[in-house]
Amino acid sequence: MAIISKEEAKKILDKTLSFSKADEMSVSLSGGRTSNIRYALNSVSSGGEADNMSLLITAGIGKRAGSATINEFDDRSIERTVRRAEEIARLAPENSEYMPMLGPQQYLETPMYSENTAKMDAEYRAQVAFDSVDACEQKNLSAAGFLQDSTGFSAIANSKGLFGYNKSTSVDFSVTVRTADGTGSGYINRDFNDIAKLKARTVTGVAMQKAMASVNARALEPGKYTVILEPTAMGTLLQSMMSGMDTRLADEGRSFLSRKGGGTRLGEKLIDERVTIYSDPMNLEAPSEPFAGEGRNRTGSFLGGNGVGDGRPQEKVTWFENGVVKNMIYTRFWADKKGVKATPPPTGFIMAGGDQSLADLIRSTDKGILVTRLWYVRMVDPKTLLQTGLTRDGTFYIENGQIKFPIKNFRFNESAVIVLNNVEALGASVRVNGNLIPPVKARDFTFTSLSDAV
Amino acid sequence: MGLGTAGIILPNLPAFSRTVSPEQLLEPGLDVAVKKRLADAALNAAKSKGATYTDVRIGRYLNQFVITREDKVQNIVNTESYGVGVRVIADGCWGFAAVVDAKNEADTAKAAETAVAIAKANAKLMKEPVQLASQKGYGEVSWKAPIQRNAFEVPIKEKVDLLLGVNDAALKNGANYVNSVLFMVNEQKYFASTDGTYADQDIHRIWPIFTVTAIDPKTGKFETRNALSAPMGMGYEYLQRNPVDKVTGITTRYNKGYDMLEDVTAAAKQARAKHAAKSVEAGKYDLVLDPSHLWLTIHESVGHPLELDRVLGYEANFAGTSFATLDKWKSKDFNYGSKQVNLIADKTQVGSLGAVGYDDEGVQTQKWDLVRDGTLVNYQAIRDQAHIIDEDHSQGCCYADSWSSVQFQRMANVSLEAGKTPLSVANMIKDVKKGIYIIGDGSFSIDQQRYNFQFGGQLFYEIKDGQIAGMLKDVAYQSNTQEFWNSCVQVCDASDYRLGGSFFDGKGQPPQSSAVSHGSSTTRFNGVNVINTARKI
Repeated sequence: MAIISKEEAKKILDKTLSFSKADEMSVSLSGGRTSNIRYALNSVSSGGEADNMSLLITAGIGKRAGSATINEFDDRSIERTVRRAEEIARLAPENSEYMPMLGPQQYLETPMYSENTAKMDAEYRAQVAFDSVDACEQKNLSAAGFLQDSTGFSAIANSKGLFGYNKSTSVDFSVTVRTADGTGSGYINRDFNDIAKLKARTVTGVAMQKAMASVNARALEPGKYTVILEPTAMGTLLQSMMSGMDTRLADEGRSFLSRKGGGTRLGEKLIDERVTIYSDPMNLEAPSEPFAGEGRNRTGSFLGGNGVGDGRPQEKVTWFENGVVKNMIYTRFWADKKGVKATPPPTGFIMAGGDQSLADLIRSTDKGILVTRLWYVRMVDPKTLLQTGLTRDGTFYIENGQIKFPIKNFRFNESAVIVLNNVEALGASVRVNGNLIPPVKARDFTFTSLSDAV
Repeated sequence: MGLGTAGIILPNLPAFSRTVSPEQLLEPGLDVAVKKRLADAALNAAKSKGATYTDVRIGRYLNQFVITREDKVQNIVNTESYGVGVRVIADGCWGFAAVVDAKNEADTAKAAETAVAIAKANAKLMKEPVQLASQKGYGEVSWKAPIQRNAFEVPIKEKVDLLLGVNDAALKNGANYVNSVLFMVNEQKYFASTDGTYADQDIHRIWPIFTVTAIDPKTGKFETRNALSAPMGMGYEYLQRNPVDKVTGITTRYNKGYDMLEDVTAAAKQARAKHAAKSVEAGKYDLVLDPSHLWLTIHESVGHPLELDRVLGYEANFAGTSFATLDKWKSKDFNYGSKQVNLIADKTQVGSLGAVGYDDEGVQTQKWDLVRDGTLVNYQAIRDQAHIIDEDHSQGCCYADSWSSVQFQRMANVSLEAGKTPLSVANMIKDVKKGIYIIGDGSFSIDQQRYNFQFGGQLFYEIKDGQIAGMLKDVAYQSNTQEFWNSCVQVCDASDYRLGGSFFDGKGQPPQSSAVSHGSSTTRFNGVNVINTARKI
């Protein structure tokens, strides 16, 4: 289904709102196309495409809310769905934390859309897969990869005059390259808004090099080591910290940001002063959604009032500045109760890096371990953000500024807060999964056991 | 399947789910005759475009989630997703296309034509043509989960009252916070294929869960305890309190009937007690693992590595491959575990999450051995993989999480057979000198070839000289799959056998979720490495 324009979207949303008999009503229209190709053992294994457009209607009656969704856009169908949302609202239990809908808002125009990506077709995707596979076949390596692209829009409006529209494209590519005998493995992932930035053959080359270099891995004793975490690995560790910035959880005493004796650690220096993390929807490398809206998220949010989907504008927010907690996330309910600004959760974050390249970081390391990727990372203790997981697809021992030999994978037990306190150096940030993350060199990273997995 | 920072994390819903009213969930789906007409249109259209095999899945997927915290209902979610997925083989290659809200024969025929076009385009990148195990057609058949009370027919008020009652009990017994959720799923699936099977199936699943949190303001620390319920392939009858389904002991555990109120009352007290529990001393311990815990270790260290697509390399870029390579299976003497270890795949087990009559490529479901007397004897394979392990038939474990997703090999219920010699949990503990008794699942992590793993839990009790000596905290154990299963020394008898399971097991790109049960009796493993997970930040 083609993306519809701002004007067409507004027409459908205004019409929907005109049917409302509720105290207030919000509507969200989103749609687009998602396509993919998947390959393994140097051969295509599946490919698919799905289009959808849907209209979500939420009616507010007193402190009750009800929602209904529809995929048809004629007047009768829309009106029937408005009535249904109102009925559901009347039947719903009262929510004492219900917040009245927002009035008109100003939204940024974020640079998330690329015509190159919107134009992609099955042949383009097959070519990407071919480029990746062909490079591997020539070196007797085996590639398993996945390319997914999407093109879509989302529009929100409510009966108090709020309106927002955004269109976006995205591309996610990843490939695992293994040696024919399965003793070496390498990985790389790249994501962009503009497909023109993806050079599948070049990118695959990095995973190929890692696969070949990781053959004949030696076992090191588990223990504390200086590590260089490549951006993909660092991004995985940071995810739990950045999604755990909710003020209410901290105020309630059940977060790593809870302060002993009550309250939060807002304003405290928690990590190394070289670390600054912010979000910026207008960043050209990693732009993000202009509003906290339903968007094209398959799930939306069902934890009513947790801050997603209420149309709050996204703006530049600094979360950690020189190691100090500068801002935390608020739901509108909690912000209202505390009398502060209701900062919504961001959809991407940027960890400021330095000027050094990954090679510079390796050169300045006497003894250490280079980590390509972390795998199956799970929370062990939410009080300290202690997580466990394993290294994967390229782990190397560094000595006197040089990569000496590949090593067997390790299991780690470590907290992102501890890693960010033990920072030795930061490299230049690159885009990983919609975020910008630098490679990070940190001391005393805790590896607790060895794994035979390749 | 996962709990994050003290709150309950919700899963993705099937694609294209729409929000509907609770009443709509009770409306009947399409009549079987209409479904057959829609399916036949797709079968014929694909054939006329050159497909050599076609299957059609017409799916109506219903979900209801009731979500609460303390004295509040946070949300009640009702969703319905309906559409048709068509899979074909053309030019020796798979092709798939799906259509939302298919209303007539033209819609399903168009999806079939698109699927053939995709198969022909992708055939150019195909190395070997698909080799499909033969499958007889069953004609027009049906299967219904043997439920006693359809959860979707239970009034919302009854569910809300239950959860708010649960929350109230938690708060009265020492919890500061409590989240509780009821997940209910109904899959109405129709399958048709060119083999001549038309299977109409009705599948139900339910999962009641909670997390209670107890804060200690003096130390600034918090402790949690999650529900000891299991997700089940049952109706609302799972929430009936029935004394025969209770397993008493240091804390009560549950079989096919879950007393949520009783469990949350215990949980609140236990979360409070964890503050005073002894922090574990790292070292080697004999572990006594309750079925509410062991299911997850079975899932990760047996269920996943014995999926044939992983073994072959098809999941290398995401879920990973497997240590249990074909040469190990061919050797016929690969020691997966000790002689006590018998692991069984079973898609027919009543009340389990994986039970269906026919899988998503029209194969009647079965039960088979994976590990017998400690030796690896088989994998889990579907129609296009059967020939690789010298089977002439599929094992019937093909699944798609939606009409819009392409079906592929998914884990069957994989369970540890109960011990044949009579043995109670009390008698098992009596012989342990230095051990830890673990109840409930906690954090979990395993490498991409399923060698090295680490598991936490909900409740940990120290065993000293055959006696329970008190509660422990900060416990996780690390081991290697083969070493761990070879350290298995005793399995309690069938009277202790219970199911655990995963409601949302992820695999594939784009990821699909599936539900799977794992049964066991309490089991003892000797000399396992335990670490202490306490840290300061």
